[in-house]
Amino acid sequence: MSERADKRGGQEPEAHLDTVKRAEDTPGERQPYAELGMKTDEYDRVRDILGRRPTSSELAIYSVMWSEHCSYKSSKVHLRQFGTKAPESDALLVGMGENAGVVDIGDGWAATFKIESHNHPSYVEPHQGAATGVGGIVRDIMSMGARPIAVMDALRFGAADAHDTRRVLPGVVEGISHYGNCLGLPNVGGEVVFDPCYIGNPLVNALCVGLLRKDQIKLATAPGPGNKVVLFGALTGPDGIGGASVLASATFEDESHAKRPSVQVGDPFMEKLLIECCLELYQADVVVGIQDLGAAGVSCATTELAAKGTGGMDVRLDLVPLRDPSLRPEEILMSESQERMMAVVTPDDIDAFMAICTKWDIPATVIGEVTDSGRLVMTWYGETIVDIPPGTAADDGPVYERPFHEPAGQVALNADDPARLARPDDLRATLLQLLGSPNLASKEWVTSQYDRYVRGNTVLAQPADAGVLRISEVMPGAEETTRGIALSTDGNGRYARLDPYAGAQLALAEAYRNVAVTGAKPLAVTDCLNFGSPEDPEVMWQFAEATRGLADACKALGVPVTGGNVSFYNQTGSTPIHPTPVVGVLGVIDDVAKRVRSGFTGPDEKIILLGDTEEEFGGSEWAHVAHGHLGGLPPQADLEAERAMGLVLTEAASRGLLTGSHDLSDGGLAIALAEACLAQGVGCTVSLTGEDAFVDLFSESSARALVTVAPESFDAFADLCAAHEVPCYGLGTTGGTSLTVEGVLDVPVTELRETHTATLPGIFG
Amino acid sequence: MSAARVGVVTFPGTLDDQDAARAVRHAGGEAVPLWHADPDLKGVDAVFLPGGFSYGDYLRCGAISRFAPLMEELIPAARAGLPVLGTCNGFQILCEAHLLPGALMRNAGLHYICRDQGIRVENTATPWTSDFTEGQEIVLPVKHGEGRYVADEATLSALEGNGQIVFRYVGGNPNGSLNDIAGIRNEAGNIVGLMPHPEHAVEDLTGAPSTDGRGFFSSILKKLVNL
Repeated sequence: MSERADKRGGQEPEAHLDTVKRAEDTPGERQPYAELGMKTDEYDRVRDILGRRPTSSELAIYSVMWSEHCSYKSSKVHLRQFGTKAPESDALLVGMGENAGVVDIGDGWAATFKIESHNHPSYVEPHQGAATGVGGIVRDIMSMGARPIAVMDALRFGAADAHDTRRVLPGVVEGISHYGNCLGLPNVGGEVVFDPCYIGNPLVNALCVGLLRKDQIKLATAPGPGNKVVLFGALTGPDGIGGASVLASATFEDESHAKRPSVQVGDPFMEKLLIECCLELYQADVVVGIQDLGAAGVSCATTELAAKGTGGMDVRLDLVPLRDPSLRPEEILMSESQERMMAVVTPDDIDAFMAICTKWDIPATVIGEVTDSGRLVMTWYGETIVDIPPGTAADDGPVYERPFHEPAGQVALNADDPARLARPDDLRATLLQLLGSPNLASKEWVTSQYDRYVRGNTVLAQPADAGVLRISEVMPGAEETTRGIALSTDGNGRYARLDPYAGAQLALAEAYRNVAVTGAKPLAVTDCLNFGSPEDPEVMWQFAEATRGLADACKALGVPVTGGNVSFYNQTGSTPIHPTPVVGVLGVIDDVAKRVRSGFTGPDEKIILLGDTEEEFGGSEWAHVAHGHLGGLPPQADLEAERAMGLVLTEAASRGLLTGSHDLSDGGLAIALAEACLAQGVGCTVSLTGEDAFVDLFSESSARALVTVAPESFDAFADLCAAHEVPCYGLGTTGGTSLTVEGVLDVPVTELRETHTATLPGIFG
Repeated sequence: MSAARVGVVTFPGTLDDQDAARAVRHAGGEAVPLWHADPDLKGVDAVFLPGGFSYGDYLRCGAISRFAPLMEELIPAARAGLPVLGTCNGFQILCEAHLLPGALMRNAGLHYICRDQGIRVENTATPWTSDFTEGQEIVLPVKHGEGRYVADEATLSALEGNGQIVFRYVGGNPNGSLNDIAGIRNEAGNIVGLMPHPEHAVEDLTGAPSTDGRGFFSSILKKLVNL
């Protein structure tokens, strides 16, 4: 008997171990499947698959693998549209279904990126919940064979001045800050949005992007009988046991504090070592297949690797190195201890593999072997406790066609047109009111806690429209390239509440636009779909509409979805959050030195507004701030106009015509002008072109952007706009120390800055 | 003539080593990777201890790194006059190793802070600052959670009296450091530690909106060529 078994203190030698043999002998034993979140018909299906009752370890595997979080059982039928409607793209190297999608960005380079939620854990324990959210997405990127190069976070909180927001937000920011900074990954963008609907359900959506050579993609697969299965990284402890099935899939009620121990605890130092160790393993070419351990831990890694490989695997579960030697096999299978990876290694390479792990002080243990038996067999000190076809757990989970219907009150909501709202007389006061409101105020209180410079490849970071990164010096010795990548995440829950189809399209349109204004060409999409309970037909309608809208918009804009994540059950009691699809877009810029900076970059430049302005105030920031109103319809998503404007922006940037740019979104032209002035402290004088100054300044019509050009480039740029049929209006000139809208308002840039920067420190200290 | 060789040390958890090496190369030097577990300075002419979270900042920032096998070689070499620059976590390690006096504590605001910071160069009599002028104001990024410089009064007055304060924060003290201290040197002047990051301010395209960090690298390379 091994040393560790002895340490279990002379327990009876596993008299109560639920072996396969025992399961066969005791078919009628009652099993706690309901407590593990499994429905009776799901449990019956497991019995059918196995031809007997599952052992308790098998039940652990199926319950966690068939949870909503791991199996996408309610969303799958809708997510299929991202495949069936996917646009033609030569850029897509790895699509949905792997740990992350991979996109060809040219010159032999590939980028892999993905966004994922860690919403529920971040409410229960904001610091660790958010920190481990970053850790998890970074390991997804690592497991594709890439070096992670940057992160960003899309965050949603309750009202800024709500009591609980003051608990949740500082904890979330500190968790992201500590984990990301300690890992050495620059944080280059993201969002911070406040709305009362998120008070009990904050959204923490973490994105990571990595780079790799095109020919070095790694996949989660375990081929080759006789190959070794290695578990490496942190030891396994009682972290987040049941997190995936209990925590991530259960609606919050008052007992949520009883679930506190379910949240995992992160160790960014271990993750940093794991990154460097994995990259050295890839460099040495000693990895056949690799998978990170996230939700569902060893259960997920073994079933998925085996299912995608030769089909079988033998695992000695008692060899898993433990932080807490009292852990039972069921707990080991469900543990979500962080900073762990599983690799498949040939017997010839195992010594080299272990030597690299030793160099980085990473514990690594061979726990099993690939087989061609078609079975995943696990033993515990010689007794068989798991014997299942791995694909039945990994791929053949239940699929639900949940009923859905339009919410009662949706028609009334859409009929409540903001046209009835009183318009302001004092547009200067309205500008300052909006600029100082929590959603539009400076997020520096948050972003100054993130390292945006580490690794030395950050070209643009927040508050720029998109994060932009240089590629050439990411890996020493790699081929030179002038290319760079740009990334943005966007989403607007109010728009999606009014019309989830349009709301999802507008989220994509904004992220697309934010990438395009830097001069990059948008290439691919990742999405994080945050919704209430799928068991509520009204929520399910929102989900169905949003996925349909997003899939249609991806097709229209020619950018495929490469992967992402669905987060359901974001509701407290029967009240769901606004449907909140958050969309990340990745773009590539051929010469990163030609990236366009955000805002006004110097005096005497011509300011041009691209796109047409309609009277669109449904779900607008003005209606929200000035009237607390949500009703009517969101702005129209004009994807053709968006695409044409994107072409103009990327071509203009590559020809060096643009000296600055900024997208128009929340708060409309007024806020875009103010932010453009604040970027470098350069003022402007503009005249409005429409009949109604209020509409011109505060409407939120999509497919619009501001650019600046040198006076001598104006005609060339106007010709380019004409060629693409993009409306283009000269508004005025940069310079001076004030934002001046002739005949309407005049605000010194210093006053803009005071208003913009005072809000968050005033609330959070 | 071969390029001057500047060693860049990597501990487990070091983060800015790649940036430091790049800054050395851009200035025309040769960056020599030094590994914490390898007690060999490889004959370098100077050493850069970069920032990061060596050993996860466990125990205290820099407290474990100070005992790395490489440090057993570096500490006596530095005492004997080898030019050494420590930034951020490197500064913390130099203090833990008693190569520089004082200590770096949790920021007064209790938050990690990343911002482009005004800094005044107070002393140019070091191999790392000779290309600056005294009183010159520069911009470098700071990014740290534990950068509040503290020392007892006797140490502080000695530092002030000997001209050992090399950098002071201007336009706002980001962390509550005593006397606005951003960086100091030893009495001999060969060892300099500072919280700001010159290696993130050497290129127009990337990093901070400043290239003021170049002065550190041009200073040391000139010094080494003229040895």
